[in-house]
Amino acid sequence: MSRHRELGLTDREYELIVELLGREPNGVELAVFSLMWSEHCGYKHSRKLLRTLPTEGRAVVMGPGENAGAVAVGDGSQVCAFKVESHNHPSAVEPFQGAATGVGGILRDVFAIGARPIAVLDSLRFGEIAGSARSRYLLEHAVAGIGHYGNSIGVATVGGEIYFEPAYEQNCLVNAMALGMISRDKLIRSAAAGVGNVLVLFGARTGRDGIGGASVLASAELGEADADKRPTVQIGDPFAENKLMHCSLELLDRGLLVALQDLGAAGITSSASEMASKGEVGLDIDVRKVPLREAGMAAFEIMISESQERMLCVVEPSKVDDVLAVCARWELDGTAIGEVTDSRRLRVFDDGELVGDLPVTALVDECPVYDLDPAPPAEPLYPAGERLLGERTGAAETLLALLASANIASRRWAFEQYDCLVGSRTTRRPEQADAAVLLIEPKGGAEGARAAIAVSIDGNGRRVACDPYRGAVEAVLECAANLACVGAAPLGLTNCLNFGNPEKPHIAWQLTEAVRGLGDACRALDVPVVGGNVSLYNEGAEGPIYPTPVVGIVGELPDAAVTATSGFARDGDAIALVAAEGWAPSLTGSELAKLRGAAPAGELPQADIGQVGALHARVRDAVRTGAIRTAHDVAEGGVAVALAEMCLLGDHGAQVDLLRHDEAALFGEGPGAFLLAGDEAALRDFGTVIGTVGGDLLAISDLLAIPVEDLRDAHEQGLPSLLA
Amino acid sequence: MRYGVVRFPGTCDDTDALLAAEQLGEAALLWHTDHDLRGIDAIIVPGGFSYGDYLRVGAIARFSPIMQEVERFAARGGLVLGICNGFQILCEAGLLPGALLPNVSLRFVCRQVELEVQRSQAKWLRGARPGDRLSVPAKHTTGRYWAPDPVLDELEAAGQVVLRYAAGHNLNGSARDIAGVCNHAGNVVGLMPHPEHAVDVLTGSTDGLKVLAAA
Repeated sequence: MSRHRELGLTDREYELIVELLGREPNGVELAVFSLMWSEHCGYKHSRKLLRTLPTEGRAVVMGPGENAGAVAVGDGSQVCAFKVESHNHPSAVEPFQGAATGVGGILRDVFAIGARPIAVLDSLRFGEIAGSARSRYLLEHAVAGIGHYGNSIGVATVGGEIYFEPAYEQNCLVNAMALGMISRDKLIRSAAAGVGNVLVLFGARTGRDGIGGASVLASAELGEADADKRPTVQIGDPFAENKLMHCSLELLDRGLLVALQDLGAAGITSSASEMASKGEVGLDIDVRKVPLREAGMAAFEIMISESQERMLCVVEPSKVDDVLAVCARWELDGTAIGEVTDSRRLRVFDDGELVGDLPVTALVDECPVYDLDPAPPAEPLYPAGERLLGERTGAAETLLALLASANIASRRWAFEQYDCLVGSRTTRRPEQADAAVLLIEPKGGAEGARAAIAVSIDGNGRRVACDPYRGAVEAVLECAANLACVGAAPLGLTNCLNFGNPEKPHIAWQLTEAVRGLGDACRALDVPVVGGNVSLYNEGAEGPIYPTPVVGIVGELPDAAVTATSGFARDGDAIALVAAEGWAPSLTGSELAKLRGAAPAGELPQADIGQVGALHARVRDAVRTGAIRTAHDVAEGGVAVALAEMCLLGDHGAQVDLLRHDEAALFGEGPGAFLLAGDEAALRDFGTVIGTVGGDLLAISDLLAIPVEDLRDAHEQGLPSLLA
Repeated sequence: MRYGVVRFPGTCDDTDALLAAEQLGEAALLWHTDHDLRGIDAIIVPGGFSYGDYLRVGAIARFSPIMQEVERFAARGGLVLGICNGFQILCEAGLLPGALLPNVSLRFVCRQVELEVQRSQAKWLRGARPGDRLSVPAKHTTGRYWAPDPVLDELEAAGQVVLRYAAGHNLNGSARDIAGVCNHAGNVVGLMPHPEHAVDVLTGSTDGLKVLAAA
């Protein structure tokens, strides 16, 4: 009875397996069950909660359950597919390969439904880099790994976010989001169909890398022996994935496939089970036909290997030769390894000998689902951090300290390591606007309005740690606000829920409250959730990570030529502060509170989601008129930091007067406010004009006057000096 | 003008180069195993990671079947432009002088840079004049142009330095700020920055069209 525990199954789950099979499982079968019933594949502790999220919307073409979600864009003939996924524990153990294969995995999800990947974004969390060699190591190698994979495969990395907090010291977070484009009539699903059709595995060879990654590594807390788990981390080969991507798209383009599925966590086991389950069929697989990297692999190892850069497809017998010829042209192994049956069983053969015989429904549908037992924590979960700034600082000193702080300083050090241009779609690069903007049709010299997609990824874990419900609402509002700044209307949302161990009541409470917040915000903004991922057990001996729901929203705008930048664009432009009714920025949970050593606790300002959503719509419409040249939402560091960023990114000074001069007015945070600049007449319509663009100083009332160059030194040297 | 754009497994900027060339004429893809250049007038060897570039950059692509044809085409005076990985491949093939070394930072860098057009023998850059400043993005890990000093002297004297990074824009530590060079005859040109990513006012610049215009 101990083997199943090593594989991460409980005694009760083992008993259930015996009941479902009517006998004891053999070694192959137990390995398959342990993966399919892992948290990572089976969503045992989150499935019920996820069902509460809104998934319907006018633009939705594909909702949760497929490899990626998809929304219709432009005239409706084009579809944008997208999804965010975590690769946290692999990155905590081996950051370069963990992050690289995180990018590889999410790209495969996108081209598995036929979409050509056009962009990647990443959301990263590390411990404080100032005092931790480990966090600097994780940051540098994770960023290098993302660049290595994304740059080499030739997909633009257009945006992202990085936060540093003590709670991520041992358990960093690496979430990657990918977007792809496809004609609506070319989408393909993963349901296997057609008894007698052939199952073809193509791509890289199968090796012993990543054995048990989904169960042993991804679905358990981190511990001291994790260095020993390094062999469970896969090794990425972006060149193989580049060929795999082109090969998959060519196979689909030529209409040679019935179904397509990528191989990710749990390898052939998971992909075959999912394909069979969705198609309500059975599959016979002979593992000895699988091309191997090394001799002597056992049947169970072949079934659960997480070797990267592989795809599984279903092909009509008459088209198999054509499929294999396309694989050969791309210099990839393509091999028929099985066939579709009507048995509704996953039968595993080893050179013709039956070594595993499993009912598909037991693997997929009868995975146990657990009720959470949520309870708010009896005492604070997270300690106060180190104090980096005194209590009584002047406004100028405070602003410069915030600009140089790890969470607000320029991300140039990171994003310059990523190719943000390949694909010829990127009209707004990192630091040019609050959201990335990508042309739907990349064609220079084209006439007329050119529709575009906008995308952003957001999630401030410290604020969710203060209040899981309001913090999660804020993540959605922040992401939607970024889209509004470029004149984009949201179409769909993907999320990655990064939390601690859900079997503990206080984590269950964080998760439940955060999902309630996500749901309320999505319903109020009318943004459907089209897919996502859950990453639980993000904790170790030091305690849990901050609860970190990461939100990615895709939107569209009618004309990429008419969108605002984050930086001031023109001397003489009026500056307005526009806020939703009831906007009440406070220092609770703010970056300034953090610099002063406050624990992540206290009451966040309450937002009227409907009011904030209405404000987003007004900002979006104003940007689309072209009268607003600059739009930036007030976020980390409050109004003062937002103004400084607008000066820096546009290389212009500004003079503004604020009505209130207290620290909360300058540096307080809370959803529902924007700073806009443009024609004064247009701004007077819906905001308070507070100043003018011009000069080479940022001057706020009589509180501060700082040369833009000094702001720049603080902002641009912040990260490099912390890494030096 | 009919442009041919070479695609190796692992090439990334082939589609971008095709789109750019289509603004100036016709364009077609050339597959790495092709021996038929299909009557094209000019060849672009685009950027990316040919064959994965797990060995020294460009070292494998240089031996591909299509490169034999590119070398013959160049020897007959045909127009060849190597961009980024294409530049690296042309240097490996000996069609261009010098070599590309890892950036001084040892990191991949993606940045919009300013280039200064030099007076040169190049038969590309027909849309630009000596002294022009062009805004074009660069993105690479291995882009530091290097050749022995006597070779650099010769290149300068013979009008083979085509583009230099403007002051403050040498992102990789290239010798004498060199961003692009040509062979003695001027028909073969290589540069690290990406003109095919500067052909659309909405993506940042159209200066790349001036580079891609060939005679």
